[in-house]
Amino acid sequence: MALFTLTVNGRQAQVECEGDTPLLYVLRNDLALNGPKYGCGLGQCGACTVLMEGQPIRSCITPVADVGETPVTTLEGIADGDKLHPLQTAFIEEQALQCGYCTNGMIMTAKALLDTEAYPDEASIKQALSTNLCRCGVHNRIVKAVRGAAQKMGQ
Amino acid sequence: MRKTGISRREFGIGFGTLVAAFSLEPVASLAQVVEGAAPVSFAKNGRLDAWIRVGADGAVTIFTGKAELGQGILTALSQIAAEELDLAIEQINIISADTTRGPDEGYTYGSQSIEQSGMALRVAGAQARAVLMAAAATRLNVAVETLSVERGSVRSQDGRQVSYAEIATGDPELLRRDVSSAVRVKKAADYKIVGKSVPRIDFPQKVTGEAAFLQDMRLPGMLFGRVVRPPRAGAQLLSFEEAAVRALPGVSTVVRKGSFLGVVAAREEQAIAAMQLLREISRWTEDGPRLPRSSNLPDELRKFAKEDVVVSDTGQGDAAGIVHQWVEASYSRPYLSQAAIGPSCAVAHFADGRMTVWSHTQGAFPLRGDLAKALQLPAERVDVIHMQGSGCYGHNGADDVALDAALLAIAVEGQPVKLQWMRDDEFIWSPSSPAMAMKARAGLSADGKIVDWQYELWSNTHATRPGQPGGLNLLASWYFDEPFHVSPPLKIPQPYGNGDRNAVPLYDLPRQRIVNHLLTDMPIRTGSLRTLGGHGNIYAIECFMDELAMAAGRDPVEFRLAHLSDPRGRAVIEAAATKAGWAPNSRSDGRHGRGFAYARYKNISTFAAVVVDVDVDPSSGAVRVLKAVAAIDVGQIINPDGVISQTEGGLIQGISWALKEQIMFDERAVTSRDWADYPILTFDEAPEIEVVLIDRPNEPSIGAGEGSVGPASAALANALAHATGRRVRDLPLTSNRIYKGRIG
Repeated sequence: MALFTLTVNGRQAQVECEGDTPLLYVLRNDLALNGPKYGCGLGQCGACTVLMEGQPIRSCITPVADVGETPVTTLEGIADGDKLHPLQTAFIEEQALQCGYCTNGMIMTAKALLDTEAYPDEASIKQALSTNLCRCGVHNRIVKAVRGAAQKMGQ
Repeated sequence: MRKTGISRREFGIGFGTLVAAFSLEPVASLAQVVEGAAPVSFAKNGRLDAWIRVGADGAVTIFTGKAELGQGILTALSQIAAEELDLAIEQINIISADTTRGPDEGYTYGSQSIEQSGMALRVAGAQARAVLMAAAATRLNVAVETLSVERGSVRSQDGRQVSYAEIATGDPELLRRDVSSAVRVKKAADYKIVGKSVPRIDFPQKVTGEAAFLQDMRLPGMLFGRVVRPPRAGAQLLSFEEAAVRALPGVSTVVRKGSFLGVVAAREEQAIAAMQLLREISRWTEDGPRLPRSSNLPDELRKFAKEDVVVSDTGQGDAAGIVHQWVEASYSRPYLSQAAIGPSCAVAHFADGRMTVWSHTQGAFPLRGDLAKALQLPAERVDVIHMQGSGCYGHNGADDVALDAALLAIAVEGQPVKLQWMRDDEFIWSPSSPAMAMKARAGLSADGKIVDWQYELWSNTHATRPGQPGGLNLLASWYFDEPFHVSPPLKIPQPYGNGDRNAVPLYDLPRQRIVNHLLTDMPIRTGSLRTLGGHGNIYAIECFMDELAMAAGRDPVEFRLAHLSDPRGRAVIEAAATKAGWAPNSRSDGRHGRGFAYARYKNISTFAAVVVDVDVDPSSGAVRVLKAVAAIDVGQIINPDGVISQTEGGLIQGISWALKEQIMFDERAVTSRDWADYPILTFDEAPEIEVVLIDRPNEPSIGAGEGSVGPASAALANALAHATGRRVRDLPLTSNRIYKGRIG
């Protein structure tokens, strides 16, 4: 066991665990964050996605020892105080979920896209989300929500 | 063949006793709920305050036995209750599927929650409103007819007000009475909330990361569990070196009960590490059934032991019309997986001789019964409380993981245990949707009418849920020293059906014979997935209708309409054809194709017609699904956007099943263990979708969750056949098969 100091959603937190512990379990169990979800533990489905320095990563296959001082952002950290992030608002407006289990990964991956590309077209959005799996079948609503959020962010 | 030709009469009698023992599908639900008729869910839950309570703080709590599976049922039920009670939807709290305090409404399945719980809450809401209004009238000393109510605030004509909360505080006994169905419910024309696209009540938490799922539950002192399954189903545990596992950091205990093996640790990753070591060092027998050859599945299914049930046998005594030509075709689909994004999870707590399990089960009450038997506890000492899990499309690992967690919780009495299955646990061990083989043969008259119809299907049972008679349907219990066994295959009568759901065509076929070969060998564990056998049968029947239309030289839509008198069926067919701009007798250019399909789910539920457009690369067989159009009739619509979303999801899932999905296995075990082995439809493969709703405000609501799935698969297959001029009849419709079909 070792002590790790993480910066998550702008706050520092210390956790004691093995260095090969997946970041996902530290976020969920030590820091009590719900956004990132366990889906496969293999980096295949995207439900566990968080941002490291703005890049979407799969927290289920990222050892905590590799995080270092890199700031981590989870779904809980993208709203501006009480004001939801435009993606969160757009997902509600478009009712772009059914069960909501994959939603964390969709929003976090889309955020990384919108932070680098202001007005992505449909093909770019689908490309960015191509390795995020959804079983309920709300793909088109998600694409529409991301486009809607992009427009709002550009205003 | 063990048994042949059970007559429909004997079949019906047999089921009568089954209903009594099991109440799988209340017979009363066959009747439409009409004003004045008692909602079926009142039979077991006859007290008004079992459905609705008004708190002193003004909060109105409604109770349902149905569970949120991701389908939006809690929002729709809140709409219905708010409407009858004249409340705003945000004034409603809803408690769902909870054996400690909620009504027993059996399972959440078969698109019946609106029919059952919705109707119960509609009538209970109307009754509660009437009781509250009468009390308000007494309190204000005016005639009840002179009162108005809005947002739970009752107002007299002279402007005095009294709230539901004040009334209930003044008389806490007010709603403690028997339910009565002799109440007046609102007319559809007066609805303000029902029929509107109300946003889902559970979405704000889900987009912000508030605790919304069972997986997000954290209890003080909670430990983490994992289980180790055998290398193949049926193998028995020989030995393992417990000390090596106990020596790992954080391990609280190792649990062995017969060949059930699990571990509890302080941290989740420690439980996983211990599970991995246990998996490596445990030794197992080679027991277990030989699995069928996946390369030749339809023929393998036909070799299974079976029991034959004649599902329909009409017109056989009459002379058949003169058959101008016979058409025959065989279809199949492989074993399919639930493939929810989140593996199943449970939290269990055993203290003071009581077991409490938080679960995303579809049936809290039936699960309680089976848990009690497996744990040898009285049922009243076991509680199951529903919390949402990942999207649920049928019988996934939820019930099994509940027993797993309970077994671990007993070993660490007093401390709660959370257990989420790993990805491969879910793919390998949750019940699979059965592979099916279907054979159709029909005679066409000279003028292109179907004059004889013969249809057979081969399928394992699609129903192996907890609570079924004759067994105990929880995985871990089959590995105890004194093992329990899975229930025998369940015969579910038409129109519901099991593997034979939707096996009786909806078309006007006066002479028809339909036989269900219910397979009794079950080398691969099977269970319920969205539509049960409806998917396979709708797929086969609707493909065959296209083949018959082609043989008769008729347009597929025109051919269907020529055999269909049901006006609501005709309406969805015409609406989908119009929306898609269906051009009769259109020819493909060799790469673009368009297909049609129609079904009424369960023969008594959702009407759905679907048009699918595809593009097939002639050089590779690569398929792009361009567009899907659906027309849907679910009777009275509670939440239009909810119906559209369920329909869209069903289309995507039906296309995914037909195009890509099959569980792979070798002769020992399932080999589809992760998303690389079991791909599902992705963003770039999802087609554009348009949904047309046909609202029938004066018809009962008949559920929306399953209607579009079967027609989507069939319309896709028909589109591919249209595009290529060759038909692939075995699912999945991979580019390899399409390419072979093209050159073969």
